[in-house]
Amino acid sequence: MELGERLDFEAAWHLYETGEFHSLGRLAHQVRINKRPADYVSYVVDRNINYSNICVCGCRFCAFYRTPGHAEGYVLTHEQLGRKIEETLSLGGTQILMQGGHHPDLPLSFYEEMLRFIKNGYPIHIHAFSPPEIVHFSKLEKLSCAEVIARLRAAGLDSIPGGGAEILVDSVRCRVSPNKCSAGEWLAVMEEAHNQGMRTTATMMFGHLEQPRDRLEHLFALRDLQDRTGGFTAFIPWAFQSKNTAIDRFPETAVSYLRLLAISRLVLDNFDNIQASWVTMGPKVAQVALHFGANDFGSTMIEENVVAAAGVSFRLSTEEIRRIIRSAGFKPRQRTMAYQWVNPDE
Amino acid sequence: MLRTMLNHSWYRKLGLEDIWEKVEAKERLTLQDGERLFACPDLLAVGALAHQVRVRLHGRLTYYVMNQHINYSNICVNGCRFCAFGREKGDPLAFQLGLAEIVRKIRDGLSTPITEVHMVGGCHPELPLSYFEEVVKEIKSIRPDVLVKAFTAVEIAHFAQLERCSPCEVLTRLRSAGVDMLPGGGAEIFSPRIRSILCPSKLSGEGWLSIAREAHHLGIKSNATMLYGHLETHRERLDHLIALRELQDETDGFVCFIPLPFQPANTKVEGAEPTTGVEDLKTIAISRLMLDNIPHLKAYWVMLTVKLAQVALNFGADDFDGTIIEEKIGHMAGAESEQALTRSELERTIREAGFDPVERNCFFQKVSNY
Repeated sequence: MELGERLDFEAAWHLYETGEFHSLGRLAHQVRINKRPADYVSYVVDRNINYSNICVCGCRFCAFYRTPGHAEGYVLTHEQLGRKIEETLSLGGTQILMQGGHHPDLPLSFYEEMLRFIKNGYPIHIHAFSPPEIVHFSKLEKLSCAEVIARLRAAGLDSIPGGGAEILVDSVRCRVSPNKCSAGEWLAVMEEAHNQGMRTTATMMFGHLEQPRDRLEHLFALRDLQDRTGGFTAFIPWAFQSKNTAIDRFPETAVSYLRLLAISRLVLDNFDNIQASWVTMGPKVAQVALHFGANDFGSTMIEENVVAAAGVSFRLSTEEIRRIIRSAGFKPRQRTMAYQWVNPDE
Repeated sequence: MLRTMLNHSWYRKLGLEDIWEKVEAKERLTLQDGERLFACPDLLAVGALAHQVRVRLHGRLTYYVMNQHINYSNICVNGCRFCAFGREKGDPLAFQLGLAEIVRKIRDGLSTPITEVHMVGGCHPELPLSYFEEVVKEIKSIRPDVLVKAFTAVEIAHFAQLERCSPCEVLTRLRSAGVDMLPGGGAEIFSPRIRSILCPSKLSGEGWLSIAREAHHLGIKSNATMLYGHLETHRERLDHLIALRELQDETDGFVCFIPLPFQPANTKVEGAEPTTGVEDLKTIAISRLMLDNIPHLKAYWVMLTVKLAQVALNFGADDFDGTIIEEKIGHMAGAESEQALTRSELERTIREAGFDPVERNCFFQKVSNY
């Protein structure tokens, strides 16, 4: 394999399974250097707001959801939302990442009102929902996903996060998240969003009940869609965290995470950005990931509830993130969702 | 292409081909070589070199030990600024275990098949050597199968001072009582400049080395540590490694080297931040490359975190330390790892990181208990 040649499935599989650890990482790092300004590692200042944890999806890997009627179930009021956004703006935040459970009763108009409330009151980018939520809304309202996306966009939605991807292989999905949208539906929502002019991210949560080959299938599905639309800004893989969930599994090692990150960088030759996950892997390993193919350090996460429910709650300030990036040998730079620099002169 | 990527021409592009050649030829690296490695921005190139040495020495084996840590007291006269563990006598958080309490801790752990008791404490102003002899004898009588790795060079020097006898006498008495090996702590950084800022009351670097030499001459093996990531320079780290290497040339008494990342929480070192993963891996790798005569290198998961320690096994480390029931020293300084690991967690984490776990005793002899 020469640098610059596109990897096919079997070549990628061979590299993933047998490639020597350091060389695999170094190859991925070289691809990263060739693609993006090698001096910089970007990060975004944002907050993960969960408008509700009430969910009828009941995914086995999830510790965050609460079924309807549960005492700990909540839906945020506009007031609560407003306060969180004000705080985010005062901390220099440029966006909110807003997701929730699959609420059985809230109509699409609820979400439209929520978006309008935010857009009318606050100068902030709304990076919200996910393909499974979009499919859920479409089923509740008996509308096509295209219509749902168009209405949400009109109400103020700026971009869609790539969550709910887990592993884009249906045989895995029916075991870990049987009530969630299928792999095909996830991809179709993203294709539609891209066709309507919206940027999105893509994710992978691995290390639960999937086989290693499934992870590669997931990467190739994303690559194919990106070839058609070019709408994905970044890819973020992370390892499943099992505490308080219905899946009892030994955690994926950091070595496994770094291998997966490296192969992602090599397969996804049409993605500009690969993000390291300090939220799940911790700051030390996420920093090392910057030498294994990642060029972005993710978000400052002013608030994060979903991973924390699974017992993993790392916290980093903006200053700490910048220090970590510098200590890895790069220059830290704040970006927007679309990977533009917040400060063009920095 | 992948297999040969990190080859001679890669290192030539980095300006490190002479170092690559030395490693291939098993030749010793100089101080300047070490400085160039620290200055090299290519983390994986440095790591791959260290990994080569690791594989040459130990293949894909990764050692671990079933052990128990006991801290007999945190009362300490040294007052080292990097320490969150030590307390003055009379402090509300000061503790001192009596013989009965230590016996209870040992008995409580009887159902777990440990091979090692690791015992260290603060430099207590009054506890006589006879107390320590009694403690070690008791541990050996309750668990005759266990090896006792106890008292750092700093504590040995302190006992000698209190007893008004030579360190050689202290070591001889402790060995008769049952001490099998000395742990590597108290070395910190040998640099007098650093010690005068951080731990002026502590045994000097020269003193630490001289106690280690005495122990080795008496046939008592020991480990060696380096506390890094506080105020020291890369040069001071390298000087520390070279001092250990020189003593090892003389005595061949060191078994394992343990780099320890400084944990700043609850300490009095101003301006120090926690070490980062890249810094940790680089230090481990360069230590492996510089210490060509010390057989083992530990990735101490308590301070590195388990996840980073797994990665460290690919950067020169061959030992994962142990089950460590009840670790206190690192955790009081804010270490965020668990306080113990079970045997099956240790074995699984090593296997899934791609290595073959081997249970060992403190001398790195293979153990098969089951």
